[in-house]
Amino acid sequence: MPPLLEVGGLGKRFGGFVALEGIDLAVDTGERLGLIGPNGSGKSTLVNCLCGALHHDTGNITFDGRAIDGLPAYRRTRLGLARSFQLPKPFRSLNLVDNLRIPLLYTVNARPGARLSDGAIGERCLALLDDVGLADKAARLPRDLTQVEMRKLELARAVASAPRLLFADETMAGLSPSEVEEILLVLTRLNEQGITIVLIEHIMRAVMSFSTRLVVLVAGQKIADGAPQEAMRNPEFERAYLGE
Amino acid sequence: MSAGKFWGVSFLAAAALLVLTRGLIANEYFFFAGYVVLQYIVLSTAWNILGGYTGYTNFGVGAFFAVGAYSSVVLHKLTSLPVPVMILVGGLMSGILGFGMGYLTLRLKGVFFAIATLALAIVAQTLIVNWDYVGGSRGIYVIRPQQAPLYGSYIQYLYSLMLILAWVSVAIARTIERSRLGLGFNAIRDDELAAEAGGVPTLRLKLISTTVSGGLMGMSGAPLPYYVTYLDPASSFNLSYAVNSVAMPLIGGMTSWVGPVIGAVLLGTIQQLATVTISSALNLLIVGLLLIAFVIIAPNGIVGLVRARRRARLR
Repeated sequence: MPPLLEVGGLGKRFGGFVALEGIDLAVDTGERLGLIGPNGSGKSTLVNCLCGALHHDTGNITFDGRAIDGLPAYRRTRLGLARSFQLPKPFRSLNLVDNLRIPLLYTVNARPGARLSDGAIGERCLALLDDVGLADKAARLPRDLTQVEMRKLELARAVASAPRLLFADETMAGLSPSEVEEILLVLTRLNEQGITIVLIEHIMRAVMSFSTRLVVLVAGQKIADGAPQEAMRNPEFERAYLGE
Repeated sequence: MSAGKFWGVSFLAAAALLVLTRGLIANEYFFFAGYVVLQYIVLSTAWNILGGYTGYTNFGVGAFFAVGAYSSVVLHKLTSLPVPVMILVGGLMSGILGFGMGYLTLRLKGVFFAIATLALAIVAQTLIVNWDYVGGSRGIYVIRPQQAPLYGSYIQYLYSLMLILAWVSVAIARTIERSRLGLGFNAIRDDELAAEAGGVPTLRLKLISTTVSGGLMGMSGAPLPYYVTYLDPASSFNLSYAVNSVAMPLIGGMTSWVGPVIGAVLLGTIQQLATVTISSALNLLIVGLLLIAFVIIAPNGIVGLVRARRRARLR
C-alpha cells in the first residue's frame, strides 16, 4: 500500500536562513509517528508547509496519492489533513460548540457525500466535546478554559474536521505529568479510531510511549528515521541534544 | 427567529414606520433629517458586515458612498432612469470597488488594512476631482424632477426609498449573522490561520464581505445627488461618513445586527438635533466625546452592556 503522506526533497528558506532542506518523509496509514528535534530545528515549519500555512520552495508533497503542493490550507484540511496549533488558537468570540461547528460546516459538510443537518452538527459538536471531557463547558467561551482544556479544545477542533492525518503540534508543552497522560489517552484513542497521527513533542517520555516510529530533525535536516530506541541511539541525535 | 421570518417581521416594522411617519408628520424637515438617520443605518450596518463580523476596519467609507452618488450623477446626465434603478447601479459599482479593494488588500491586516482603505478613498476622490464630466472639483447641480413618483413631496419619496434600503440592509446583515457565512466571518475575525485550518476559505469569504459591505454603502450614496441637489467631492467624500460609520457600530455594539441600528439612530438623531439647536459644527465633537466615553465605559457597545447585565442576572 502506498504511504498516506509522502514528502520528497522538501525545502524552505526564510531569506538567507535555510529552515528545511531536502526532507524526505513517508507516513503510512494508521501510524503513530513522533517528530522531534531541538528548538528551531524546523518542526513547526515542516508542519506549516505540509498543512499549507506556508508554501515550500522546493520538493513535493503527495497526500493519499494526490499532489497537494500549492493547494491553500483550507483545501488540504478538506482532503483530510488536520493540525492543532502549538499555541492554542481558539475562536475567542465563539463558544465551544461554535468553535467545533466551524470545521464541521466548512470541512465535513464541504466534502462530497452526505451533508449533516444543523441538528446532527450540534450533536456531533457535543459528542466531540464529550470525547475530550469538555461537554459541561459547551456554552462557555474559550477564555473560561484552563491551559489543558484549551489544548483539548484545540485537539477536538482538529478532530472535528474528520481528518485522516492529524498533526499534533506540541499539544503537551507546559502541562503537568498527569495532564500529559490525559492528552496521550485522547491521542491514542483517536489513533485507534483510524486517524494517523504525527506527534510533534519535546516531552521525551510522551513521545517514546506513544510513537511507533521516530523522525529526528536537526537544523532543518532529517538525521534519523526509524524505531524509537534506534533513532535515539543515533550519534548525531546525541550531539544535537546533549552537545559533544 | 428564522431568516425568512425576520425578513417578514422587519418588513412589517419598516412598512408601519413608513405609514405612520408619512401619515402623522406634516413637517417636511422631519423627512429631511430622517433621511440622514436612515442613511446612517445603512452605512453603519454595511460597515459592520466587514468591520464587526469579519474584523477588518474600513476607513474608506467615503469612497464607496461617493462612488454610489457619482454613478447616479452619470446616470442622471445620460439617462432618465428612476432612482431605485440608480440605487441598484450604484450598489453594483461600489460592490465592484469593494471586490477590487478586497482583492488588492488580501494580505493586509489590522491597521495596515485600515490605512490602505483610507488611501483608497483619497485615490477615488482625486479621480473624481479630475473628472470634468461629473463636475470635477467645482461640483455639479442635479435638478430634481418636479413631481415625486407616487404621492407626497420628493424628500418624502427619498425618505421612503432610504427606509426600504435600511430594511433590506438590516435584514441582509441579520441573515448573514445567523448563517454559515457569518460564522465563517467570525472565525476570520478571531483567527485567520485557525479559520483556514478549519476549512474556511478565508480569501473567498473576505471578498464576499468586502463586496457586500461596499455594495450596500454605494446603495446608500446613490440617492444623495437628488437629496442635496448639489454634489461636490469635498462633501461626498467627507471623512465624517467614515468616522460616523465606525462610531455608530462601536457605540451600539459590533457583534450583532442591532448594534449599528441602535448606534445610528442614537448618534444620527443627536447629530440632527444638535445641528438644528446648537450648531452644525458641533456634530463631530459629539461623536468624538461619545466615542471616547464608550471605549472607556462600554467597549462592547450598548448591546454588550445589555448582554453583560443579562448574564449577571442569570448567575
